[in-house]
Amino acid sequence: MTLKYAWWPGCVAKGAAPELYLSMKRVAQEMDIELVELEQATCTGAGVIQEQNPEMADALNARTFALAQQMGLPLMNVCSTCQGIESMVQDKLSKRPEYLEKVNAILADEGLKCTPGLEIKNFLWVLVEDIGLDKLKAMVKVPLSGLKIGPFYGCYILRPSQILGMDEHPDRDRYLEMVIEALGAEVVDYEGKKKCCGFPILTVNRENSLTQAGNHIHEAQELDADALVSPCPLCHLNLDAQQPAAKQVTKHEIDLPILHLPQLIGLALGVPAKEMRLDHHVVSTKKLLAKVAQPAAV
Amino acid sequence: MKVKLNVKRTNPETGVNSYAKYEIDAERSVTLLDALIQVREYEDGTLALRCSCRSAICGSCSMRVDGRARLACRAKVIALTRDDPEHEITVEPMGNMPVIKDLVNDMESFWSKMRQVDPYLKPEGPEPEAEYRVSNEAMIDLTHTMNCIMCGACVSDCTVLEVDKNFIAPAALAKAYRVAADPRDDHEHDRLQKYSEYGGVWDCTRCNMCVEVCPKGVAPMDRILQLREMAIEHGIKGNAGARHTGIFTKSIEDGGRLNEVWMLPGSVGMFNVPRIMKEVPGALKMMRAGKLPIGQAIPPGFPGSHKMQGMDRVRNVIRKSASLKPKKAEVTES
Repeated sequence: MTLKYAWWPGCVAKGAAPELYLSMKRVAQEMDIELVELEQATCTGAGVIQEQNPEMADALNARTFALAQQMGLPLMNVCSTCQGIESMVQDKLSKRPEYLEKVNAILADEGLKCTPGLEIKNFLWVLVEDIGLDKLKAMVKVPLSGLKIGPFYGCYILRPSQILGMDEHPDRDRYLEMVIEALGAEVVDYEGKKKCCGFPILTVNRENSLTQAGNHIHEAQELDADALVSPCPLCHLNLDAQQPAAKQVTKHEIDLPILHLPQLIGLALGVPAKEMRLDHHVVSTKKLLAKVAQPAAV
Repeated sequence: MKVKLNVKRTNPETGVNSYAKYEIDAERSVTLLDALIQVREYEDGTLALRCSCRSAICGSCSMRVDGRARLACRAKVIALTRDDPEHEITVEPMGNMPVIKDLVNDMESFWSKMRQVDPYLKPEGPEPEAEYRVSNEAMIDLTHTMNCIMCGACVSDCTVLEVDKNFIAPAALAKAYRVAADPRDDHEHDRLQKYSEYGGVWDCTRCNMCVEVCPKGVAPMDRILQLREMAIEHGIKGNAGARHTGIFTKSIEDGGRLNEVWMLPGSVGMFNVPRIMKEVPGALKMMRAGKLPIGQAIPPGFPGSHKMQGMDRVRNVIRKSASLKPKKAEVTES
């Protein structure tokens, strides 16, 4: 059965991480997932607009929810930050019906209405909860055995846990590890996996931001990781695009490819690396790809 | 019920760390603190830990449990182990503060940061004849922060403090909100100016770690965000953080989606050449990898800037969202 979602790709997938947008589309095709892109949806605010104008961010996110609900579809994102903000706004709106009514009065101009209860899921959650790990395993054509992959979650898909459905799905803070294993790779367990990548303060305090990124990469690399995988393109920007700068700031000898979640899935599903845009990274993925091509060490 | 513990021990004389394993029999209702006290009383009298009320009121027994800060008295063993008797609970002292012995931290840096924010009300003008009176709304807003028991859990797990000891950190910044937002305080502007400096509210990454580990619902990060909003309302915008929020919001108001290219110059200052130059090598690498969105070359607000389709409808929502803003709570005369 085809799974169908209203898809909010997020600003970064449509901007500085085009490889995420393209690899997600390609993997969806491979996995028989139908994604209806929300062309009319806006930025979630990423927690930044909220610092100055939380009400504006609430209204814009409610509008995105309403656009998905108009199509009668659950909402999928490919960004931990989008997930966190969307879950936060949804929590706020569902707890404050009078406020939601006021928001809906604004949306009514477009004939839209936001009602509580919309399913909002990052691709990671879709993989485990809607597709299922058994089915995912069955889809694997090139097991990633021999690869050591470190998970990197991104804060907003983990915290605050009470608004991220962790009561109902207590393993959501282990999904990345579960997916890595399902693809045949070995999980690299390191402390930094649930910490902050530093991206939000890159322009405010560059040194702190890059030290955070550099330390996590270094820690995983010291444990022999071949790559990190993240469901968050903002983390990807700090860990991949800023990795050379993080190397300079921390003086750690780091050189570790950072993959978007759909790219890792695509590799195991046998999608050619080129189609996953694995050449669109700042840190080269060549060494990693050479390992994937080889049969598993016995 | 069998309880397995793996406790980090620090020898105060040598500073050497090691892990000690203990296995005890306990009631199913046992808390982690009960289990540790049982270890100290019957297994190993040299184990050092702090505790007092055993009811999540005093804030003494904060420690890291399976990698995150918790009050030991509030953590049920069956919840920590998910009722698996083979699950070994790893117990360590709090992070980001020096260890005196075993599970006991030196909290001096916690208190000095607390003092740094002037954590008391400073009213001006003549004192009222009777008591100061404050509206219910204003106090309800502050109840979150008044619940703080100074346990240090948020400071222990703060991801910024981990890389920069200068950061004032969540507990003291939550306290800063508590005094700055109290209608009885008359130094709001000066406070916000001070809290906006290096090491203050804008250095927080918004990672939500403090919100997650706080045992009392203070949600320090949310208080930090409120301080940011207050600082901007007070016109304190001469810093990268406030400018970042400004250019980000402007970008969405202008085009509906983020203009990533202009975030850096818009935040650090358009004419801050030395700072912008630091990003040039990185930008070139991104360009080579096909990651620099050329469609965003024109700054938000300028003719020809990148816009999503249907911006008139988005602008309507943004304009009308101003009506959602709550009214400010005020101090009332006694």
